Amino acid sequence: MCGCYKRCAGLLAALALLVGSAFGASAQSLKPQALEPQTLEPQALDHQSFDAALEKFAADTYNDTDAAIAGVAASGNPLAVSIIEALQDGRLLFSAGDKKIYLREAAGGMREASTGKPIAGAEPADLSPVRVNNRIRRAIEAALGGLTLLSPDPARRLEAAKAVFKSRDANALPALETAINKEVEPRVKRALEEARAAIVAGKPDAKEADRVAAILLLRDRGDQEARGVLAGIPSGQPASLQKALADAITTIDNRLAAWSVVQNLWYGISLGSVLLLAAIGLAITFGVMGVINMAHGEMVMLGAYTTFLVQEVIRTSAPGLFEDSLAIAIPLAFLVAALVGMAIERGVIRFLYGRPLETLLATWGISLILQQAVRTSFGPTNREVGAPDFMSGAFEVGGLTITWNRLWIIVFAGIIFAGLLAALRYTELGLQMRAVTQNRRMASSMAINTGKIDALTFALGSGIAGLAGVALSQIDNVSPNLGQGYIIDSFLVVVFGGVGNLWGTLVGAMSLGVANKFLEPYAGAVLGKIVLLVIVILFIQKRPRGLFALKGRAVET
Amino acid sequence: MIARKLIEAPDGRGRIFLAILAAAAVLVPCLNLALPPSSALHVPTSAVALWGKYLCYALLALSLDLVWGYCGILSLGHGAFFALGGYAMGMYLMRQIGTRGVYAHPILPDFMVFLNWNELPFFWWGFHWFAYAALMILAVPGALAFVFGWFAFRSRVTGVYLSIITQALTFALMLGFFRNNLGFGGNNGLTDFKDILGFNVQAQATRATLFALSAVALILGYLIAQAVVRSKAGKVLIAIRDAESRTRFIGYRVENYKTFVFTLSAAMAAVAGALYVPQVGIINPSEFAPANSIEYVIWVAVGGRGTLVGAALGAVLVNFAKTTFTTGFLAPYWLFALGALFVLVTIFLPRGILGLIPTTRASAAPNGAAAAGPAAQPAE
Repeated sequence: MCGCYKRCAGLLAALALLVGSAFGASAQSLKPQALEPQTLEPQALDHQSFDAALEKFAADTYNDTDAAIAGVAASGNPLAVSIIEALQDGRLLFSAGDKKIYLREAAGGMREASTGKPIAGAEPADLSPVRVNNRIRRAIEAALGGLTLLSPDPARRLEAAKAVFKSRDANALPALETAINKEVEPRVKRALEEARAAIVAGKPDAKEADRVAAILLLRDRGDQEARGVLAGIPSGQPASLQKALADAITTIDNRLAAWSVVQNLWYGISLGSVLLLAAIGLAITFGVMGVINMAHGEMVMLGAYTTFLVQEVIRTSAPGLFEDSLAIAIPLAFLVAALVGMAIERGVIRFLYGRPLETLLATWGISLILQQAVRTSFGPTNREVGAPDFMSGAFEVGGLTITWNRLWIIVFAGIIFAGLLAALRYTELGLQMRAVTQNRRMASSMAINTGKIDALTFALGSGIAGLAGVALSQIDNVSPNLGQGYIIDSFLVVVFGGVGNLWGTLVGAMSLGVANKFLEPYAGAVLGKIVLLVIVILFIQKRPRGLFALKGRAVET
Repeated sequence: MIARKLIEAPDGRGRIFLAILAAAAVLVPCLNLALPPSSALHVPTSAVALWGKYLCYALLALSLDLVWGYCGILSLGHGAFFALGGYAMGMYLMRQIGTRGVYAHPILPDFMVFLNWNELPFFWWGFHWFAYAALMILAVPGALAFVFGWFAFRSRVTGVYLSIITQALTFALMLGFFRNNLGFGGNNGLTDFKDILGFNVQAQATRATLFALSAVALILGYLIAQAVVRSKAGKVLIAIRDAESRTRFIGYRVENYKTFVFTLSAAMAAVAGALYVPQVGIINPSEFAPANSIEYVIWVAVGGRGTLVGAALGAVLVNFAKTTFTTGFLAPYWLFALGALFVLVTIFLPRGILGLIPTTRASAAPNGAAAAGPAAQPAE
């Protein structure tokens, strides 16, 4: 036991090192020189040009509308954003008679576009919306991108900067310069500069030094989009530029490759934690009792349905508690699954001790019954389990997008693993469980009630499966077949890791998860899985008792 | 000599079983073909097809009983051998379609034309000859079982570990056969068959013949299995089941016996699959599903493990119940019934239905006693 602690600690340290070095690699890239701000024509804030531009909407031809958008956007008038947004939504109306433009508000009111004041009296009879087509829509987006660059809300500014980065509309350049000069928030400023770089890098008439600086800036952004911008610049540029371009693309490619390794590792750990959750309860029952519980997957399913029921009750009677629904579901799912597990042990399995193959069949029968019971009461279709706020969304670390639900599930799996380890090591029940695992008859001679230990072990293992169900309800479909999808994988984990050893289960789950995700890009999801199955089958030939096998007499029983 | 041994081997129970099968093989096709549908004794063609299917299942259960009942190898992947045999037969039947397919391609089956393949993959070569297909029906699953068994038994993978890797084997095959580019029709499998050996597979006479052939195959399978378990090697198999380590220490090469019986059983399962496919008219990857393979085991358990006759009986009974259940208003409750069957049989009927019937010769015959004994208790 002691030896494998050390071995596992070594493995974890190696993992940490790998992750750490990948992060380090991305951090040591060069800082670019600051871009020289381009000269900027002062924007005219006169009402005449605004009105002249606005009038063109009334003509309602696409060319005029396009010109009108450009004019309104360039006027700097505070009404410009709302006018163009109205156009985008089909709420910008014109009257063919008096050639005036009106704005219908989303709420239903009507304003005059030129002044922004509500109209007096009845609305004109001959109103019709200004037509848009795809060209106009693009123009609208570019214009809005440029206009919202100066919005007081930093989130909108960031959004606008990203939109400009995507559109690379050279017309937005003056607005970008203004925005960069005014910007105080570093995150937004960075995005704005990147947007400017994306435009400048591909702008044939910009200064060469500026273009090189822009390329360096994009290189440091280093993601797929930046690479797309750089790759989109046509060849035949000046030599120094061409070289900077090629270097930047190579750097980005290397960086992306490194991040994809990190990403695979992350996905692998995420899958591994799911496998760990599903398999760890199985490892306990299999390890302590030598019982193959084919109904284990159904315990996971019961946990997921408990979560569903908790959320259903909350939705109908106490909607305020939704954020806490998982916290409420965790103990309930544990209880439900543990009670069902105990019932199965007392009702069926205890009659079959010493006959592992028969136990396998009987528990398979139980799994069929449980599945069908759930199907009869909840229907065969997927049920919706909502995610509380802290579980939804994602954040980015370098080139890696990490979703909160995956992260929390890894944390959850870690907590359960640690808790279980502690429980087995430091509690009375844990001590007795280990005694029964190692030598049932001797334990019985030492006045341990092995029947009671069996029931409690089974309840514990099933309860943990229930907890796994709560976690899986967040990332998988909650349907009667939920458990089926995990049962073969969990068995492979337990068999691969070795029976009666939680560290083996951890290593088994993580290595299967990571191996699966590293095989997937090369072999495809299905073939990767097949390859993995074959590898495990071959592995079992080599080490029939798994990675961390129990030694001695316990092996034969 | 061998033939005499084969016929002498069965005990009373076996003789009854063989007599019923032989009678069915002759009478059912006759009653189906010769009598007009209005006659009270007429056997409808649908019933012939249905019972032909049951007979294939019975042969499959028999093969499983040979490894599980007599050698203690609980294979949860026997469906793989059954399905592989079925696929080999399906490939022959696909090649017989010829230009009558939707795309009327003289060589390529429809799904290959649909996937824009230009030539037949090498593993489809030769399948238009029945003899070659028949060889493959035995050879491919047999070879797989031999290789798999050779590695598994030599490494002394036993008990639940073996069960799990057999399950992983069939699961891996299922995932593989679901892929279109493997060249076996992907999700849809092989279907829309026309001819077998020049006879229309849909025709009444062909169905009746297939039924008779299934019965004959079951008879032969029973005789072979019986001969194996009654032989000296059969006694070693039972010894392995009851105390594997002890048998090894006495000096027997346990892995050789296990590999032999596992391969033989796989070939029998494959024949069952091959007869099954023309009768149901389709073979698709869902036959590889691990759940199916576990269900086959319960047939054996219901009938009586280690009895051969019981396995066949169990397969027919469970499937008859399944057909009855799933076609009526009881359909939603079939899985409850099947699940309860698993639980109740393992707890209350460890020797299956046949265990309820006292046999006349069981105590007298040395093998009978061993076979009818309670489930394997590994001795210390």
